[in-house]
Amino acid sequence: MREVAVIGVGLTKFGDRWEAGIKDLAAEAGLAALEDAKIISSEIEALYGGIMSSGRFTDQEHFAALLADQIGLKHISAVRVENACASGGSAFRLGYMAVASGMHDIVVVGGVEKMTDVTVNEATTALGGAGDQEWELSQGITFPGLYALMARRHMHDYGTTQEQLASVAVKNHGNALANKYAQFHRKITIDDVMKSKMIADPLKLLDCSSICDGAAAVVLAPMEIAKKYTDTPIKVAGSAQVGDTLRLASRDSLTGIAATRIAADKALAQAGVERKDIDLAEVHDCFTIAEVMGVEDLGFYNKGEAAKAIAEGETMIDGKLPVNTSGGLKGCGHPVGATGVKQVVEVVEQLRGDAGARQVNGAEIGLTHNVGGSGATVVVHVFRRAD
Amino acid sequence: MERGVAKTWRSANARYNLTGVQCTNCKTAYFPPRMVCAKCGRDTKMVEKKFSGRGVIYSYTRIFVPPHDFTEEAPYTVAIIRLEEGPLVEGHLVDGKKPEIGASVRAVFRRMYTEGSEGLIHYHFKFEIV
Ligand SMILES: [Zn+2]
Repeated sequence: MREVAVIGVGLTKFGDRWEAGIKDLAAEAGLAALEDAKIISSEIEALYGGIMSSGRFTDQEHFAALLADQIGLKHISAVRVENACASGGSAFRLGYMAVASGMHDIVVVGGVEKMTDVTVNEATTALGGAGDQEWELSQGITFPGLYALMARRHMHDYGTTQEQLASVAVKNHGNALANKYAQFHRKITIDDVMKSKMIADPLKLLDCSSICDGAAAVVLAPMEIAKKYTDTPIKVAGSAQVGDTLRLASRDSLTGIAATRIAADKALAQAGVERKDIDLAEVHDCFTIAEVMGVEDLGFYNKGEAAKAIAEGETMIDGKLPVNTSGGLKGCGHPVGATGVKQVVEVVEQLRGDAGARQVNGAEIGLTHNVGGSGATVVVHVFRRAD
Repeated sequence: MERGVAKTWRSANARYNLTGVQCTNCKTAYFPPRMVCAKCGRDTKMVEKKFSGRGVIYSYTRIFVPPHDFTEEAPYTVAIIRLEEGPLVEGHLVDGKKPEIGASVRAVFRRMYTEGSEGLIHYHFKFEIV
């Protein structure tokens, strides 16, 4: 296998992008990544596009070919990747594998979702398809409902409180203030979260990531030629993807996501790094409880100990382990297919030292954690500076 | 989105009677029915198993923002029940006693929701706190 580097990254502003259709969003991020990599379009051999539900959200399928055309890539191999909220991370891993294997040299990975052209109930139905439609969604169990079931049991088993969960939202909205691409630029308090509208008890509106529009893209190259394009190639040091049952109730435990534990072990082993070496992590916080379980299952905290640590500030930008410096899914927004790729963009910017006011000092190794559904797909990547 | 009646009809035995399967080798019981034992793989036979409907609440939530089909039903409470035969199963809790983790429940048969312009009524097992 060849070593692979990220040589370019691009994002759109996340949020209610009423002026932009799905093509516009994808092109905006794609072109930004190509520009950042200073790449000639004819050098690009393949594209992987992560998108969850363009059909349901916009009536458009066959999305990867569309994206390739929108950013001026003619006659290349383009593949759409759908793994619910882990579509972006899964697309990134396929792009990585395509370059690592030697099949392709320069590959673009994009992720996009255009969610605001449908009603909230329609969007809730589409997102519900991330779980087992036949037994969960068919009984009216929404996606927030699944995480609420996990949160309730986590609170019961470990004494996790709603205020501790709220502290995840407060931290991530705080980080988003320094990210110009983030949907939300509004400082919030524990009280704001606690008083926000109930969605699925105990999860309130501000415990949930948003329904919004956005796109992200990166360019990958073999390490041996990466320096031709950038002075700061970021190495993809570890890559793992692990699955589990689609249906939450089919699993042994609902207070954690087993696939995260296994994927983290694999990705860290490949990278040859230990958990204590990780300088920052983008963790899949589709709901506040998801970040708590995420940092526990990734092995940064013992089960039941993360919520307190987060509430005490250990995962803030200047803390022991900065988590979701981008603002996460909570503060930055969660256009589903874009999220896994956006996480990579954030870690690359941090490791390049380009993260401005949210820069983690001396960051050299970062991790991304992207979850599909209630944990049926987990993708973990480890990145490190390679200059 | 309106769908054909067959989509519900094909799983009616499971939905109406809480019927799943059991592995003849390791005796693990499953709901919903599945073709292969998650522990033994393909080298064993699965036979039909009717569950008693008795169990305890493992977790629960009250849903305020529903999917499209459940607009008229919200808010409603759903739970994950640990059936006495072993498996976890998700289902609605009928309104009544305040839910609590560990509370005993029994399965009941109820209307779930009405779908589409034809007014197709969906029925389903639900759980009642005893
Ligand atoms: Zn068996």
